[in-house]
Amino acid sequence: MALGMEIQNLRAWYGKVKALQDINLTVVPGAVTAIIGPSGCGKSTFIRCLNRLHEVVRGARASGQVWLGDLNIYGRGVDPVLVRRRIGMVFQKPNPFPAMSIFDNVAAGLHLDGVPRQEIYGRVEMALRLAGLWDEVRDRLQVSGANLSGGQQQRLCLARALALEPEVLLLDEPCSALDPASTMHIEAVLRDLKGRYTVVIVTHNMQQASRVADYTAFFLTGEVVEYGSTEDIFTRPRDERTENYITGRFG
Amino acid sequence: MSRFRRRKLVNYVMLGLAGVCTAIVLVPLVSLLALVISRGLAGLNLEFFTQLPKPVGEPGGGMANAIVGTLTMVTMACILGLPVGILAGTYLSEFGRGPLAGTVRFMSDVLTGVPSIVVGIFVNVVVVIRTGHFSAYAGALALAIIMIPLVTRTTEEMLRMVPNSLREASLALGATRARTVGSIVYRSASAGLITGSLLAVARVAGETAPLLFTALNNRFWHHTLSEPIASLPVYIYRYAISPYKDWQQQAWTAALVLVLMVLTTSVAARIAVSLRK
Repeated sequence: MALGMEIQNLRAWYGKVKALQDINLTVVPGAVTAIIGPSGCGKSTFIRCLNRLHEVVRGARASGQVWLGDLNIYGRGVDPVLVRRRIGMVFQKPNPFPAMSIFDNVAAGLHLDGVPRQEIYGRVEMALRLAGLWDEVRDRLQVSGANLSGGQQQRLCLARALALEPEVLLLDEPCSALDPASTMHIEAVLRDLKGRYTVVIVTHNMQQASRVADYTAFFLTGEVVEYGSTEDIFTRPRDERTENYITGRFG
Repeated sequence: MSRFRRRKLVNYVMLGLAGVCTAIVLVPLVSLLALVISRGLAGLNLEFFTQLPKPVGEPGGGMANAIVGTLTMVTMACILGLPVGILAGTYLSEFGRGPLAGTVRFMSDVLTGVPSIVVGIFVNVVVVIRTGHFSAYAGALALAIIMIPLVTRTTEEMLRMVPNSLREASLALGATRARTVGSIVYRSASAGLITGSLLAVARVAGETAPLLFTALNNRFWHHTLSEPIASLPVYIYRYAISPYKDWQQQAWTAALVLVLMVLTTSVAARIAVSLRK
């Protein structure tokens, strides 16, 4: 079941450098939320805070509260490993495990989760179908994931995340290394996921945000400048900085 | 036009230099192999692998005990040295930070530079003198001490070559750090880890000096691991400096067998790696 997220007073640092000021944001369950903003505004840091991946970077830390349903993932005693099993992530550069076959890539998370052997094949097929990759790879599931094209690799990574049926799916600029056709492919998958999965997507590409997102947040220098329905943000921005950014005056 | 021609010329000169240097690198390797093969082949027969050395003056005999002895000690050294080296390298690459990691790395570099004869004397003092006799496990320990820093540093280098994005992908799936290292990082670096371990094996398989102080030698079969044991390098050393023609011949054959053993291990491991993919 798709769960929403509630971010309260989230701050993040790299060493002494503060990357996120004081973020408050609501991620609506079952909807696609886009994070836009110029390079270095903290988009990626923000999304990496949502599955506690930020803190694996040396010297990086975060504070505040991030609620996944009724669990504060920054609460005392919460194991980040368990948080990450409930929240999937797709990265900017496709990163399938090169030493594993296509099948094993998708099954990797299922093995971790202790899914019974007889269920794994079905779950892998389901995830590959959901990621729109099944028809292209069904005859070569034992081939290495590294043999696929860039766009296929990214959908493989998407399938790998979806196989665990996460409550929230995070995408960190998933299309920035892909050609337009592959981008369209991924966007079509995201539209399919609507209603079933809560999706947060960081993107450089404002057209992409307007195409796939129900809600959009505009980030600038580690702060949320404006947050609202995608339509409002792109047609009636309340803040001048948002307007400047989306009309291409900077960024 | 003239600039273009000059650049082309420089290009060819550099390519030519690289080719010449490659040839120079190959000269000692090829001539060494050719010499060992041509001299060693003469004494290569079944007897060499199945019989004990004969006393001076008696023709024939083999080095079966030395072959088994080298295999035994190198295997024991691997059992002792590889896990320690690989785990220490893993610590340095994946978990180590701060002064402890720096110290471990520095010590490991220093240990790499310690002459192997010193390692032999060390094990002699610590094990051989304490227990009162030379032994196979003392020899294996000396070889393991030589292996550990080599394996540690190559493991660290190989693991560092695994891109961080793979670690993050694994962590994002909800894998623990240990699981990430075990099933993603090791698997991605497996070829490098095996090559690194084999280099270490090859290096210690030919060590002579440390064995003179620890395993000594044995003209007969060893019955337990706590008694002196024969090894090919020590036999090569003793037979090569002997005044007897047939012993010198056997030293060449032993050298050939040693080279073949190292070569076989490395080819076998490479085949194993390629089959797994």
